[in-house]
Amino acid sequence: MINDQYYRRRYVISGIAIVIVCMYIVRLFYLQVIDKSTAGQADSNALVKQTIYPSRGLIYDRNGELLVFNQPIYEITLTMRDMGKEWDTIAFCRCLNIQRKEFDERIQEIKDKRKNRGYSRWTPQVFMNQLKKEDIATLQESLFQFPGVQIQKRTLRDYTYKAAAHVLGSVGEVNQNDIDRDDYYARGDYSGRDGLERTYEKQLRGDKGVEVLMRDSKGRMQGSYQNGELDRTAKAGTDLYTTLDIRLQLLAEELLCGKIGSAVAIEPHTGEILALASNPGWNPKVLVGKERSKNYIALLQDKSKPLMNRATQATYSPGSTFKTIQSLVCLEQGAITPNTLYPCSGPGSSPIKCTHHHGSPVALDRAIEQSCNPYFWCAFRDLLQKDGYGKDNEAFRHRYALWREAVMSFGMGQKFTDSDIGEQSSGSIPSINLYDKYYGKTGWKAITIRSLSIGQGEILVTPLQLANQAATIANEGYYISPHLNKNDSMRIHRHNLDIAKRHFEVVKEGMGRVMIYGTGRHFAVDSLHMAGKTGTVQNPHGRDHAIFIGFAPLEDPQIAVAVVVENAGFGATWACPIASMMIEQYLTGEVKRKDLRKRIGESVLNESVKKW
Amino acid sequence: MRASRSGNIWQNVDWITIGLFLVLVFFGWLNIYGASYTFDQTSIFDFSNRAGKQFVWIIGSLVLGTVLLLIDYKTYDVLAYIAYGAMILLLLATPFLAHDIKGSLSWISLGPINLQPAEFAKCIVALAVAKYMGRYEYKLRTWRDLIVPFALIGVPALIIMVLQKETGSALVFAAFMLVFYRQGMSGYVLWTGVAAVALFIISIRWGAVALPLGTGSVGILTCMLLLTAVEIFFICKEHRMRWQALILSGSVALIYGICLLINIWIRMPFDWISMGIVGALVLYMVFVSIYWRKYALLLVAVFSLGCIGYTQACDFVFTRVLQPHQRIRIEVLLGMKEDPAGAGYNVNQARIAIGSGRFLGKGYLKGTQTKLQFVPEQDTDFIFCTVGEEWGFVGSIGVLLVYLFFILRLIEIAERQRNSFTQIYAYSVASIFLFHLMINIGMVLGLLPVIGIPLPFFSYGGSSLWGFTLLLFILLRLDAARMEQLR
Repeated sequence: MINDQYYRRRYVISGIAIVIVCMYIVRLFYLQVIDKSTAGQADSNALVKQTIYPSRGLIYDRNGELLVFNQPIYEITLTMRDMGKEWDTIAFCRCLNIQRKEFDERIQEIKDKRKNRGYSRWTPQVFMNQLKKEDIATLQESLFQFPGVQIQKRTLRDYTYKAAAHVLGSVGEVNQNDIDRDDYYARGDYSGRDGLERTYEKQLRGDKGVEVLMRDSKGRMQGSYQNGELDRTAKAGTDLYTTLDIRLQLLAEELLCGKIGSAVAIEPHTGEILALASNPGWNPKVLVGKERSKNYIALLQDKSKPLMNRATQATYSPGSTFKTIQSLVCLEQGAITPNTLYPCSGPGSSPIKCTHHHGSPVALDRAIEQSCNPYFWCAFRDLLQKDGYGKDNEAFRHRYALWREAVMSFGMGQKFTDSDIGEQSSGSIPSINLYDKYYGKTGWKAITIRSLSIGQGEILVTPLQLANQAATIANEGYYISPHLNKNDSMRIHRHNLDIAKRHFEVVKEGMGRVMIYGTGRHFAVDSLHMAGKTGTVQNPHGRDHAIFIGFAPLEDPQIAVAVVVENAGFGATWACPIASMMIEQYLTGEVKRKDLRKRIGESVLNESVKKW
Repeated sequence: MRASRSGNIWQNVDWITIGLFLVLVFFGWLNIYGASYTFDQTSIFDFSNRAGKQFVWIIGSLVLGTVLLLIDYKTYDVLAYIAYGAMILLLLATPFLAHDIKGSLSWISLGPINLQPAEFAKCIVALAVAKYMGRYEYKLRTWRDLIVPFALIGVPALIIMVLQKETGSALVFAAFMLVFYRQGMSGYVLWTGVAAVALFIISIRWGAVALPLGTGSVGILTCMLLLTAVEIFFICKEHRMRWQALILSGSVALIYGICLLINIWIRMPFDWISMGIVGALVLYMVFVSIYWRKYALLLVAVFSLGCIGYTQACDFVFTRVLQPHQRIRIEVLLGMKEDPAGAGYNVNQARIAIGSGRFLGKGYLKGTQTKLQFVPEQDTDFIFCTVGEEWGFVGSIGVLLVYLFFILRLIEIAERQRNSFTQIYAYSVASIFLFHLMINIGMVLGLLPVIGIPLPFFSYGGSSLWGFTLLLFILLRLDAARMEQLR
């Protein structure tokens, strides 16, 4: 317009508009480019990550028989922030058939940060778990009425046989330690707690899947996010084929009934464990689901210690079974020859009595056959004193060290570290230091440690080591660490002994004679050519432990066995028949000696053994 | 004659503005579809949802625009006062005809549709103001000349605020200040407005924060220091003596310094001291203005006294006059209160929606915040969230720049008029759009308190779309006539 003195004010007004828009652009730049916190907040608003649990790998025996499988269970989770004011607690309790009081208590528990460290209003919290299909059926139908409630399907273990509980182990809820150590786990997850379930946890558990869902501001689910591009399917765990022969395992457990003890069978040339039984044990089904913690505590408090795997964790003096190793070491280290003779005065012998009556003097094969204590004392003494005692006993001590090394080369007195058996004790073959501590450097001589010659005294081994010893003798000089996974041949873990093959032949011959003329003769089956050695072990806990190691057939051993029955008396009376029947079962597929089987299986030697 | 005139319309109409209008309406429509989209959604034309309904409103708006362009331009001038009178009556009647929608009494039901007369009032007030101020004999010389224009905007604003309880719609009339400014109102009025807002914020935000030294509050002291600076500036400007400014600022600094020193032994009441300094300067200005006849300084003196009173009154206004929900909105904005679940929920969710869009956005129809209805009012007042989330920083500044271009274009149109009526009307239109843009986006971005006014052409709603169409197309019709008036 003409003569417009305020003409320049148009620039002021335009300037105001430009300044406002520029301020807003700066603000947008801050919100959308600089401030990175909002993206996560939008995701936590809208996205719900639902875990899809993989089914756990199944466990089979060596013949493909199913041992462990899965049963479906359900758990109910609550997301507190989605539970609005109108949330009908009473209806919810009615659906689950619980009392209002229980509900309130459980909610208190969930919200208690001391008990539930991972608590958050925004994430699903486990409200009830391990429910059966019928428990959740009502809730499932009216789930839409309860925002924030999810039903999650999970699996529990189930078992075909009430057997091998120690070997298979069990699955339980993870603890905070597991969660901290491995980010695979979240609260409420399950993992193998012991046995094979623990050893092969990573193989069995598989990979969890995730489904990313969207929920709106009212907490209603609105389908999958970005058409499921971010979803990941669950990958089921890999099945585990074990080396166990479930028939043999069942027989071993049957025969151990009413006794405290264990039986281990190994296939000698592969190191595969055919059976690993420990009694008392439990029915694996009792450590599953809701009842698990209650039963676990009861098992823990049982005086007979059923949770302990006696086959791998209990240690015993090997007693006379140790004479086999003693023979081999003495032969190899030149203390004796197969023809060396030692006198025996029977029960009148000194310093160690003989418990058997046989001719004198005896050579090695007869000494093994008759389990002659004086023979092995003399052999051990001659071995240790071969170079005399020397200055400060140095020569003697050196001999002892060599002897100890040779004994340990059988796998005795140490854990099989390359094995997949989680729970093991090492046992012990006494070291020079130990005796030095007791007696002083020069204070001990061969006579001091004479008990070792017959497998008594400070020497302690596990039944698994005994079985491995039997396998080593059967193999004539090597063993493969005993293991339970059929797919892992472990042949690379072959342990070779520095003992000549010809010495083994002598000892095997002796062990064969045990089953024909010696302590094991009553339980031999002629056609199976068994070889073995009994042991009756004195111990401070009461009656002698009955021990037997053996293998069969003598010429081409297919199975090596060790059996220990605590406080049972003679090895020949209790351990030998169990081992013999196990060998028969494995080699022929059945036990023909029905009466013997019945008698042994039903004998109760220890009243405190409860049946779980 | 008729044929040639209608031919002229299509030649003379400002197609750039129409183009910008169409871009904004279309993009707004897409975003309404995005904001109201749910996962079982079928079509953007589905009339049972808001995008489908908005499509009907858009068609209506295009028809309305065309009709407005075809009407004789003189009609608007002629009908301005009559329409104004009718509108006042309608606004007065509305609360009695309306049914309560979320505490607001501004909606009238006409069969299946609800209309909000306040949205149309802006246009009619603009016409009336333009008519009054555009008279040949009207000259804006003194404040008396502004009485009628102020009344023209004040009456409907009061009716809408008090009777209809629509504070947001009433505040829009403040946009006319820019129009008056362009027509010659003193720029100090705008500054006074800015000062009022600044003093309000400072005295509310820091009014209760105690000084670390002496007694008094940070808010009051800051206000008074600002006021002292303004006073010294004006004394210097009116008196044309530079050295005086130095003497005055030096004395003030000296007084504060002495007080600080005394404060070591005796706790000094700094808020009273600062008010005393402002008061002393007021007395000085009164003296100067009378002695040297610099009467302008008298105004500054009055302004200063007003400000002292105002700072004292702010607290009263804030706690007593404002509604509780308005108070909380302001407290949340100023960071005095965290309330992400309650009053701060909208703002917080809007911030998350926009922020999570990042640079390029999540993609159209892929925003989770808006799709899943985390932002309330996301297809009406908070529609800009959808833009921010799905189109990102790029899309957001795109929209802002289109608006800026649109408003600058309206100013351009205003400036090319040779007729005061059209120019004043054009400035009214530009100012109203600017005000809506400022308040709405400022609210969504968390820079201004939550005031419920729509984003023109974007927000869902027939009344607002048609109200803005009316506003814009009357301007386009008047603009197209500027050549005819020459002849």
